[in-house]
Amino acid sequence: MNNEMKGAIEKVKKETKPKRKVLLNMIKAFLVGGLICLVAQIIIEILKKQFALDKTMANSVGIAIMVFFGSFLTGLGIYDKIGQFAGAGTIIPITGFANSMTSAALESKSEGVILGVFTNMFKVAGSVIVVGVISAFVFGTIRYLLGI
Amino acid sequence: MKLGKQSIVFDHVYLGQAAVATGPKEKLGPLGSYFDQTYDDLYCGAKTWEKAEMQLMRDAIENCLTKNNIGSGEIDCFIGGDLNNQIIIGNYVMRDYDIPYLGVFGACSTSVEGLIIGAGMINGGSFNRVLAGTSSHNATSERQFRYPTEYGGQKPDTLTFTSTAAGVILLCDNATDLRLSGVTLGMVIDAKLNDPLDLGRAMAPAAFSTIEAHFRDFNTKPEDYDLIVTGDLSYYGKAMLIKLFKEINIDITDRYNDCGLLLYDRFQQEVFAGGSGCGCCAAVTYGYLLSKLRDKTYKKILVVATGALLNPVIVAQKETIPGIAHAAVIERIGE
Repeated sequence: MNNEMKGAIEKVKKETKPKRKVLLNMIKAFLVGGLICLVAQIIIEILKKQFALDKTMANSVGIAIMVFFGSFLTGLGIYDKIGQFAGAGTIIPITGFANSMTSAALESKSEGVILGVFTNMFKVAGSVIVVGVISAFVFGTIRYLLGI
Repeated sequence: MKLGKQSIVFDHVYLGQAAVATGPKEKLGPLGSYFDQTYDDLYCGAKTWEKAEMQLMRDAIENCLTKNNIGSGEIDCFIGGDLNNQIIIGNYVMRDYDIPYLGVFGACSTSVEGLIIGAGMINGGSFNRVLAGTSSHNATSERQFRYPTEYGGQKPDTLTFTSTAAGVILLCDNATDLRLSGVTLGMVIDAKLNDPLDLGRAMAPAAFSTIEAHFRDFNTKPEDYDLIVTGDLSYYGKAMLIKLFKEINIDITDRYNDCGLLLYDRFQQEVFAGGSGCGCCAAVTYGYLLSKLRDKTYKKILVVATGALLNPVIVAQKETIPGIAHAAVIERIGE
């Protein structure tokens, strides 16, 4: 390839770089992400009021229910469609974590339970767990040292 | 006969009938009626995605043999490839056939790569009948190169949708109505793009290089072809290729299209920038374009199969994504 063509590639490469709709995506993520959190909060409030759970217990049960919903909608093939619309709005909440685990598990069930599902379940979610554990350690240590 | 730097002219390589088998989305696309066998379900009656893709390949081979009215024993060689690791689709499908087999990999450029090798075998006088085939499946590719199918991450507009399709064609040395008259072999071109969700633009420079070399070697220009079609550049890659040619003062706009844009209706079907995958170029070329050559809409076309040489491991090691493109001239004999 001659230099003229190489130059053309460099030039056109920059010109055709697609722009991402960052603002629109942020608004959609804010609305859907907020909606998911609102649903979770309503569930937690119901657990506290109607089932007389204390705050910690209500939070844990509420999160478990949201994880169930995330996995259930993934299994029905709906969660990825919402995710396409909402982006980070559906990935950041705990339902997104459930989705990443369930989708990986579903995908690998054709390779069997142990080599498929168990091995690959955390393929996508694994990094979230590692970051979660490390940051918990770091911030826990800081909090301890500062005596908060 | 070698022509120019990277082309070959064939004088007696002919195209027999081809066959295409596809999944549901391709069936519902604008070219659905041109395919020999289609499925309403992505599993194609099989238990796993990989086995579904094997089923498509098997269907395409069977349909191709039937349409050409020959038995598998009369085939000298099958040249096939797909996008799965170790090109398992061709390998496993060919267990059931008594046909010598060459497995090839050129990412989505495999269809024309197979044509080139097969044509060389026939033109050299060694073989009389060669099958060239390729396949891709949306779900096998997603898990191979991207995320699990149901993963909810947002996909950008530049993403191409891997087609679920297999196409097989017969190359032979006895005269038919269509001729494979020449090919141009591509080089690996790396434009230093690294977004696996924007493969159309990563491949466009390779198509640019091969098509330009083709024009030079054959001393032709875009007007000499009724259609120039790339394999799977889709919307963003197509726009980039047109701009690239404008830079060297060649206008391909009115002759040029892309299989990824022909296979689906981008505005009605959820395929983002358009179709991609080995099966995309094969399905459109073998299903639709050969029909258009045979019904005299076209006389001579240039098919340029484009491949993004993507590997998730090496890209994670901060490497870029090179591309490759191979071109083949298919023309109708007589008026």
